[in-house]
Amino acid sequence: MTDTVLKAENVHKSYGRLEVLKGISMEVNKGEVFCLLGPSGSGKSTFLRCINHIEKINAGRIWVDGDLIGYRQIGDKLHEQRDSEIVACRAEIGMVFQRFNLFPHMTAIENVMLAQRIVLGRKSGEARKKATELLERVGLADKVDEYPNRLSGGQAQRVAIARALAMDPKLMLFDEVTSALDPELVKDVLDVMRELASEGMTMIVVTHEIGFARDVADQVVFIDAGVIVEQGTPKQVIDQPREERTKKFLGQVLEH
Amino acid sequence: MKAPGNREPTTEPGPPEQIKAVPVRHPGQWVAAGIVAIVLVAVIKSIATNGNFQWNVVGDYLFDQRVLDGVVVTLELTVLAMAIGISGGVLLAVMRLSTNRLISTSSWTYIWLFRGTPVLVQILLWYNIAALYPSLDLGIPFGPAFVHLDANSLITKFVAATVALGLNEAAYMSEIVRAGMISVDEGQTEAAKALGMTRGQTLRRIVLPQAMRVIIPPTGNETISMLKFTSLASVIALPELLYSVQLIYSQSYQVIPLLIVASIWYLAITSVLSVGQYYLERYYGRGSSRDQPPPSLFEQLRSGWAARHVDPETLGLGREGR
Repeated sequence: MTDTVLKAENVHKSYGRLEVLKGISMEVNKGEVFCLLGPSGSGKSTFLRCINHIEKINAGRIWVDGDLIGYRQIGDKLHEQRDSEIVACRAEIGMVFQRFNLFPHMTAIENVMLAQRIVLGRKSGEARKKATELLERVGLADKVDEYPNRLSGGQAQRVAIARALAMDPKLMLFDEVTSALDPELVKDVLDVMRELASEGMTMIVVTHEIGFARDVADQVVFIDAGVIVEQGTPKQVIDQPREERTKKFLGQVLEH
Repeated sequence: MKAPGNREPTTEPGPPEQIKAVPVRHPGQWVAAGIVAIVLVAVIKSIATNGNFQWNVVGDYLFDQRVLDGVVVTLELTVLAMAIGISGGVLLAVMRLSTNRLISTSSWTYIWLFRGTPVLVQILLWYNIAALYPSLDLGIPFGPAFVHLDANSLITKFVAATVALGLNEAAYMSEIVRAGMISVDEGQTEAAKALGMTRGQTLRRIVLPQAMRVIIPPTGNETISMLKFTSLASVIALPELLYSVQLIYSQSYQVIPLLIVASIWYLAITSVLSVGQYYLERYYGRGSSRDQPPPSLFEQLRSGWAARHVDPETLGLGREGR
């Protein structure tokens, strides 16, 4: 039994004629933090969305915790999974979005409780206890009963992280979670993510925060035009990039 | 711009001086208000003094048992037809958004058919459905039937009116529901998916509650329209409110006062419905505005009363620049 959490093999994804992913392969082990860097439109976010099957891939395979995502292999034929099977896979993968996507008609704690109750079938009291603990942990004990539109971006994003953690995920996906935040709010969110990484959560983080990637990542993956250009430790990729495209990108990002 | 010199930030001591300005006068408004007042007085005088209104007759019949029975039928028709309309509308909207072509096209065709023909004609058709299908059989399609029903006895006037109004309403409601569902941000569905919710859970817990904010106001209008459209059922001699007063005045010939009786009842019910709509909108609007939910009508009345009867200075409101 290996402790590979994510295995992606030659993943391709096209929208019509536009090919966004041209063969991405990746292996993430338990407790590792992968940071995906790259220019906008390079396919990083699309890859993240393929992992929990929000986007269907056109070729290749993705396994999370040993389970093939989106399909069942019977003999040499692939069968699309039923809604109920996909749903079971997704529940084990937490995802946090750039634009938070909190449910605006529910308070912070209701946001964190809902899926625990209706997906995992936890009792209301148990879900409330877990939600309260998580909201305390992300520093929002006093915002439990606020509606999302009365929270700042940084607070909303931390609620969104708590909401994903409430499902006890095996893997957390972060999709440019600080890109929509005011600069002074970015730190609070990154601190929560740092803590999470230090506790051994397996994380795949699409980000433009080079500093965060340098400090936290086990592996940094530079993606451009749908392919992995360079992969390695932060020291290798950020401090001594070998590829021309990586150097150019880092130069542009680090300039300001 | 000229470069300013070294500027010290200045802070005035004490509280700022409140602005006391002479408000702008609107002579045009005064003239218009005068004209409106004159017209209003003329109308009220005519209503009060024109004997043909026969207000005493209106008073006699307002709570007549036959009229009250008509009100009950009208309310039953409205509630049942709207229930059919709303549930049918949700179903049609979900079908319309389906990825299966046959399902979405059949929804489109239904809407085309029922929106494209007058509801009055639909009522007459349903009332005469027995001429088209003398009997209704329940059973396996193209196979044996288990239950055999006589259309004439099954489709009463009331059933015909309810079904016709309800199915017609479903076509309109589906467009309202669909607009509401489209208005919900796609990120919401994605977040729900990512948390492992099924499509049904996402629809019921995430999409529909948010769509409600868009759906409620036009649905309130539809309900008020429905209340009035039930009067069309008078053509098939269903004793709802309008037909009830028609039955009375066909014998007593007091046409105007009885139509006024009906109008008063319609007005009263629509007023009650409007209040209900207000509270529904408030409920589904929660979390949608940065401020606290707007005060209820009752709270508004109370605070209005308080503002008039309590010295504003003590409340710290300082209205009207006193």
